[in-house]
Amino acid sequence: MKIPLSWLKEFVDIQLPLPELARLLTMAGLEVEAIQVVGLPMPTSADLHNAAHHEIKIEGLSWEADKIVTAAVYEVMPHPNADRLVLCRLDDGQQEHIVLTGAPNLYPYKGLGPLPEPLKVPYAKEGARIYDGHQPGQVLTTLKRARIRGVDSYSMICSEKELGISDEHEGVIILDPDAPVGIPLADYIGDAVLDIAITPNIARCASVLGVAREVAALTGQPLRQPDYSVQMDGPSIEGLASIEIQEPELNPRFVLGLAQNVTIRPSPYKVQLRLKLAGMRPIDNIVDATNYVMLETGQPLHAFDYDVLTQRAGGQSPTIITRRARSGERLTTLDDVERELDDFTVLVCDTAGALSIAGVMGGAESEVSANTRNILLEGAAWNFINIRRTVSAQKLQSEAAYRFSRGVHPAMAERGVRRCLELIRRWAGGVIAQGLIDNYPLPPRDPIVEISASDVRRWLGIDLTPQEIADLLARLEFKTEIIGQTVRAQTPDHRLDIGEGVVGMADLMEEIARIYGYERIPETRMDDELPPQRNNLELEREERIRDALVNLGLQEIATYRLTSPEREARRFPPGAAPDDLPYVQLANPIAADRYVMRHSLLSSVLEVVERNARLRPRLALFEIGPVYLASEEGLLPDEAPRLAIALSGPRAPAGWQAADSAPMDFYDLKGILESLLEDLHITGVRYEPAEHPSFHPGKCARIRVGEHALGVFGELHPLVRVNYELPETPLLAAELNVRALIALTPDRFEISAVPVFPPVLEDLAVVVDENLPADQVEAVIRQAGGKALADLRLFDVYRGEQIGAGKKSLAYSLAYQSPERTLTADEAQKIRQRIIRQLERELGAQLRS
Amino acid sequence: MLESLNQIERQALNELEATQDEDSLQRWKVAHLGRNSPLMRVFDQLGALPKEERPTIGRRANEVKRALETAFEGRSQALIQAAVQRSLQAERLDVTLPGRPIARGRLHPNTQTLRRIYRIFGDMGFQVFRSREVETDEYNFELLNIPAHHPARDMWDTFYTTTPGVILRTHTSPGQIHVMRQYAPEPIRVILPGMCYRYEQVSARKDTQFNQVEGLAVGRNITFGDLKGTLTDFARRMFGENVRTRFRASHFPFTEPSAEMDIECFICGGAGCSVCGGSGWLEILGSGMVHPVVLRNGGYDPQIYSGFAFGMGPERITMLKHRIEDIRHLWMNDLRFLEQF
Repeated sequence: MKIPLSWLKEFVDIQLPLPELARLLTMAGLEVEAIQVVGLPMPTSADLHNAAHHEIKIEGLSWEADKIVTAAVYEVMPHPNADRLVLCRLDDGQQEHIVLTGAPNLYPYKGLGPLPEPLKVPYAKEGARIYDGHQPGQVLTTLKRARIRGVDSYSMICSEKELGISDEHEGVIILDPDAPVGIPLADYIGDAVLDIAITPNIARCASVLGVAREVAALTGQPLRQPDYSVQMDGPSIEGLASIEIQEPELNPRFVLGLAQNVTIRPSPYKVQLRLKLAGMRPIDNIVDATNYVMLETGQPLHAFDYDVLTQRAGGQSPTIITRRARSGERLTTLDDVERELDDFTVLVCDTAGALSIAGVMGGAESEVSANTRNILLEGAAWNFINIRRTVSAQKLQSEAAYRFSRGVHPAMAERGVRRCLELIRRWAGGVIAQGLIDNYPLPPRDPIVEISASDVRRWLGIDLTPQEIADLLARLEFKTEIIGQTVRAQTPDHRLDIGEGVVGMADLMEEIARIYGYERIPETRMDDELPPQRNNLELEREERIRDALVNLGLQEIATYRLTSPEREARRFPPGAAPDDLPYVQLANPIAADRYVMRHSLLSSVLEVVERNARLRPRLALFEIGPVYLASEEGLLPDEAPRLAIALSGPRAPAGWQAADSAPMDFYDLKGILESLLEDLHITGVRYEPAEHPSFHPGKCARIRVGEHALGVFGELHPLVRVNYELPETPLLAAELNVRALIALTPDRFEISAVPVFPPVLEDLAVVVDENLPADQVEAVIRQAGGKALADLRLFDVYRGEQIGAGKKSLAYSLAYQSPERTLTADEAQKIRQRIIRQLERELGAQLRS
Repeated sequence: MLESLNQIERQALNELEATQDEDSLQRWKVAHLGRNSPLMRVFDQLGALPKEERPTIGRRANEVKRALETAFEGRSQALIQAAVQRSLQAERLDVTLPGRPIARGRLHPNTQTLRRIYRIFGDMGFQVFRSREVETDEYNFELLNIPAHHPARDMWDTFYTTTPGVILRTHTSPGQIHVMRQYAPEPIRVILPGMCYRYEQVSARKDTQFNQVEGLAVGRNITFGDLKGTLTDFARRMFGENVRTRFRASHFPFTEPSAEMDIECFICGGAGCSVCGGSGWLEILGSGMVHPVVLRNGGYDPQIYSGFAFGMGPERITMLKHRIEDIRHLWMNDLRFLEQF
């Protein structure tokens, strides 16, 4: 909301420097996002310093008092050598000048001789700093003496663009006829515009009056209420129009006034200027009057051409009807769009049909035109929820809808109509019919809220007396009454944001805190009872998994969780069965390739591998995050946490010394997973060969613990690898179920005693069939070794001619140990024999000689 | 005989001077202290000497032997020292060569910031409570005092799913209702971290996916002053002990009164710089007293209980602390970026 300072000052005295005013408003919740200076002096550095630490942009142009002044043009003369230029005889209050200009809006006066009434204009003298009218944007320039087509030129009649008012450079500004001559222009129309962000709770501040009320409350100055009196000299309005409201819930009030014999013409320049500074385009004096009052009071208004309505009523006095649209009903709005209306949309109609979409936009037929003579002025109140529905259904915004969709108090309808009728009378002439037609079937109940000193103490932590509370609320026009320790506050009839009961109490609490000043509320530490303390095992263990993986040298990544089925399909080879589980799908995606919540964390991680493959030869990445498994029945998906890991590139990072540059393989990843599970103290882990479409069929395993499947890992399938831009080196990947990892992590674990007696160490190599899984050999050794086998480590796998085709040799180092004594060579030999015998018997293994 | 001993001693000591390594030293030992050395022969011949000469010669012979042994030890030590010195001289490294590279793991900066936040609030008795990302409209809006078609809904641009009434949560605030309903009427101090989603044009400052950490304290005696104190304590631990905070009135439908907390820019100390846009202040979080409707929806009687809530963007904190210009870096996972943390 753009608020011109001059307008604000009509309602409240402001002595504060601009930055301090902005700071005060911002701290009270009316965030001033920017200040646009239009002519007034820029804030001094001292002013800025005093309001220090306030986030605000101050921009614009100051008009030098001695160089940019008001002036009068007495005659517009043709230029001797140029058709498109004119020479103006101008008085700047001190002396006469001949000023050269090419402004088309002065051509009509060319060669008329001395004007009967001089034109008042803004005049920039030699040396004045203004914006260059001929350059795009705002480029400062200094007026210099020049000779143009044989005529001396050193000064200028200014356009709005040159003064930083708007982008308008088609003609020069022609001020109102009553403008004084020879005073600094800044003193006459200089201004500054506060751009204030209006949050939904301060909808009442979407007006100059609303902001002025806040300024008054915050500074302790009195608010000057607008004058709502109207000079009504016309006939009585009785019988000239009537109102029929069909649904008071949606239209609690409708007020009509009538202006007769108006003359449509442009508004006074000062009015146009204010509208422009507030961000609206001037149209004509009638439309401008409605917009002016809307900006000033917050009440949107609508002007109908009364004669069009009469015509539609077949010469009778028109009846305004407000009702819901009928299904399929259509209306062409002012923006020339024919709209199909919903059955909740409220229309303003007459007996002949729809005239406008209530509170949003007028219809084309009954709008004010250049020939309009009589104006029927509407001021109404609408249900804001319903207006919002209409706005979003019709995708139609307007200044009126902006306010009505946030709530305008019905009391404002009459005030707006009165104020506007008086402005129409002043700007458009004619007479105002006596009285108003006011249909007010549903006046709102302005809540009366009770708040006590102890409530304030309990919520805000400050001690205020009932009198202090009442005084703070009175500054915002609450009518207050003190009853013992309680203040009973009557909500003023310009706001709809105060609730009833305890909600109203909170609403008042906010007003008390804002006006008292958040800065003055002391900072304290809670002395309330602490809640019961609980562990969050899920989070603790998840973080432990992260730490373990970081310790194992992996980089954590974080990816987008929105993707597309097409992106995720890349994790499967071409032709593989598609992922046909239902996705959580967006109804309003923002990007074509991110419209579902992911099913696969592996897919996310592979995309990151792809992105980095050319940057880093060695990658070791992991992510922990959910996948979203929608079900056909349930409303909400299972958000199942997953762990995905990807490895590729040389085993050791390259330095200047020799390093293990062999590419990482299946067993590098398995080593990481084994270490992770060890770190979590998860025992009883089994690795089984597995089939999974993403992985190489011979290099893929599933991890199991008891009945839990923890996940799969392996080397990426070659046909999957080519779906991504990846180098030829193998890519190892895993996707694990974090819930299972968390569930299997024991709350506690026991350690075995550090042995006192030395172990007997020996190596054992056995030859077995190639396709016998090594874990079976290990299991047999462990079983045969029993308790005495303290340690077992595979240190070599050998295949070759010596042991024959279809065979492999597995070499283990074994440690036999007793907690009670040093084992003898004999005892060790017995254990060894037992192991060998069992290997032979159960697996057909042979001792390798 | 005495003269002979002196001669033996002089010669042996002279020759010892000439030994340069372990080999020549051992040869010297054999030659001068060995069984067949001149000195040992003197001992051998002692018995043949006249009885009155024996003590003098014997004493002198022992003196020479000790002298030679001492000299041997000394020389031996000296040679070892010299050898060590020589080898140390030969083994000088270029200490400026780089160390062997380690494949180091790192936590994502988001995780690092989240953990810091958990830690600080954990110390103040706030525990972590997580809830779902795909939410119902009811929990994300309705129960938080944001009815359908209410103007406050304009504050959130929402991703809707194809299931009616199901959305991607726009904030972690639905967790407030979940935690209150789970624990009412116990007092509550929790933080609610998690991923949120907004239907917004992606820019350097905003992304459609972002983490949020919300906080909630509910009890019988919790005030706006406590809100200010708690969040200022947080700011001091997060951004520096002397950091100043500022609370501005603001609006959130689920709190009242509501406040934005700014901190004095820790880059420039409030003087104004590019990070704070010259203002000296940085917007850090939104906060407020829990709205009575929200308390009631959570199962707490607002006539008895009060509380405060706050919400912050950990990504913004990470960005401020490390001068990250574009929020998308935090999701792009370019290792050239991540490896700097």
